[in-house]
Amino acid sequence: MNAFWIILTGSLVATCCSLLGCYLILRRMAMVGDAISHAVLPGIVIAFLFTGSRDSIPMIIGAGLLGVITTFLIEFFHRYARVQADASIGITFTWLFAIGIILISVFAGQVDLDQDCVLYGEIAYVPLDLWLTENGLSFGPSTIWTLSFVTILIITFIVLGYKELFLTAFDPGYAAAIGISTTLWYYLLMTAVSLTTVASFESVGAILVVAFLVGPPATAYLLTDNFKQMLVLAVICGIVASVAGYYLAYWLDGSIAGAIATITGIEFGLAFLFSPTHGLLFKNRKAIPV
Amino acid sequence: MKEFFEFFSFADANIRYVTLGSVLLASSSAVVGCFTLLRKRALVGDAVAHAVLPGVCLAFILSGTKNPFILLLGAFVTGWLSLILIDYITSRSRIKEDTAIGLVLSVFFGIGILLLTAIQHSGNAAQSGLDKFLFGKAASLVGEDLVVFSAVAILLLVTTIFFYKELKLLCFDEIYAKSIGFPVRSLELLLTTLTVFAVVVGIQAVGVVLMAAMLITPAAAARFWTERLGIMLILAALIGAFSGITGAFVSYTAPAMPTGPWIVLIVSMIAILSFAFAPKRGWIARMMRRRHNKVQILEENLLKLFYQLGEQHEDYFSNRTLDAILTRRNIPKKQALTGLHKLKRQGYIEKHPDGWALTREGEIRGKRVVRLHRLWELYLTQYLQLASDHVHEDAETIEHIITPELEQKLMEELNYPALDPHHTKIP
Repeated sequence: MNAFWIILTGSLVATCCSLLGCYLILRRMAMVGDAISHAVLPGIVIAFLFTGSRDSIPMIIGAGLLGVITTFLIEFFHRYARVQADASIGITFTWLFAIGIILISVFAGQVDLDQDCVLYGEIAYVPLDLWLTENGLSFGPSTIWTLSFVTILIITFIVLGYKELFLTAFDPGYAAAIGISTTLWYYLLMTAVSLTTVASFESVGAILVVAFLVGPPATAYLLTDNFKQMLVLAVICGIVASVAGYYLAYWLDGSIAGAIATITGIEFGLAFLFSPTHGLLFKNRKAIPV
Repeated sequence: MKEFFEFFSFADANIRYVTLGSVLLASSSAVVGCFTLLRKRALVGDAVAHAVLPGVCLAFILSGTKNPFILLLGAFVTGWLSLILIDYITSRSRIKEDTAIGLVLSVFFGIGILLLTAIQHSGNAAQSGLDKFLFGKAASLVGEDLVVFSAVAILLLVTTIFFYKELKLLCFDEIYAKSIGFPVRSLELLLTTLTVFAVVVGIQAVGVVLMAAMLITPAAAARFWTERLGIMLILAALIGAFSGITGAFVSYTAPAMPTGPWIVLIVSMIAILSFAFAPKRGWIARMMRRRHNKVQILEENLLKLFYQLGEQHEDYFSNRTLDAILTRRNIPKKQALTGLHKLKRQGYIEKHPDGWALTREGEIRGKRVVRLHRLWELYLTQYLQLASDHVHEDAETIEHIITPELEQKLMEELNYPALDPHHTKIP
């Protein structure tokens, strides 16, 4: 049963992250996902301090807010202070992360939280944190409920906003011309990324969030030229990585999150070499004149 | 205050080690960071920082010891490999650089975590403390570490000075560098190697995540103060060194405070202040310049209107009502009034009971703007073969920025013309 809960958790996170990741890598904003996943740390700490508990809801609000502030700061430094884009990302998230660690040090006694939990997360503990009713009825791990809710939310967001998200990512000029606000959809997308990051954080850690945001979408991007197919393929890659990663970790007796990230890398490597359309091997063969 | 003197007397050996170590690390990585920033690859430092972990673990598995040199060697190998892979993926597929960086970063780190946990679970007692490598330990630097840091810092600085000219050209004009026979590939490898060196050693002080800041932030801050690479390098090194000292001082006065994050916090504050307040490139300076330009354009447009009205009535100094002025051009009334009052204070116009009138100075300035407008229209029609009804907009903007020297040049070029393309007189 434990294996099932862990793989389900991984698959839910993989679904949210892979879907959103497709938009990020096509907008050349892959590193913004990385930045958000680190920069929400002070938000989590502050939420802890205010509520004094590890409840998911205040944590999601605190960190989600900080995620949006992060994207706002990155935009601000880039557009108004004319800092080059990559530097603006790097400065913003390291700054906020440093503040987060300092906050943890200052309130070390009050906050039951350390860097390890934020960076690695421990997906193996998911089955332990059960949602129990007062008369002892168990509804399964509480993380599953949070993540299922977020997954449904993200899928609804993408289905309802498909046209707008698609146009603002691929042709912002046209989108603006037909009256779709690029700024609004940019911030909506970023809010979705922050929400996913934060909801996944406690269970899987920052590193797996980044791996899912970038790995499966990049793999899918090498396999198809159709965007809808890319979304589906990315989700499949993410879920396969969750399953395979669990067993790899079981076999090596190591971190499950680390193993899943490793598998996303292997998947990308395979697509990079063997993709029928964009793979290295087939591309070289095509290049030979006949 | 007592702590301040205690700290800055550097009597305590431990303080000396921590401070010197932080300063050396911060300033040498700041110098290398300038080059990666200018090559628009600021985030590769982040990737390298994450990619050293599997190297450290592999080195431990293969050698079975925690000898710092062997661990550093392992870190160096995978760090270097990560950069090569990023380059390879971007050049050989449709994957963009930022995606490649994110991918390599998370996968290498994932492999590292997998190996690290596998080692920890293997029951090997020798492994304890291996994970300290991840989060930095600046507060516990010892003399031995310092030897390594100084060696690397000096190596980085000497290499930078030695290859200064080549690296400079690589940053600013790669294609030219290639065409005059510079070994661009080797230089890129050199820069890669320097970056990896800086990161590998720097992680010891500030930890994985914050290492990216040590490369990017001082360089980005320095970029706002100067246009010259040499000065930028020195400034970045100074900013790095200052943050190193301050970070060490903070964690000395409050021992619970981590050194690395404080160094990053301080360097970030310096950077943000630079973005805001740097003269010329800073946000506030640019905003003020924009406001100044806007005011100047409004004033000149008003004077131009007075002059044009004067032309129409062949009388430049009579009173004009505000409405008469605004019929020729759509300026918001409130804005126009502010502009008029400002012009009055500067002595370009006078206010009379029944309206406003140009002074002698005002007439001269208004005349000049009209002349520049018409000269530019003529220039565009004559030299760029633009139709005469297409040149007005262009002249509207350019008339405010032409200098007296340019004006003289234009007059000569156009052979002191009398009429503009619309056959109105050029005053």
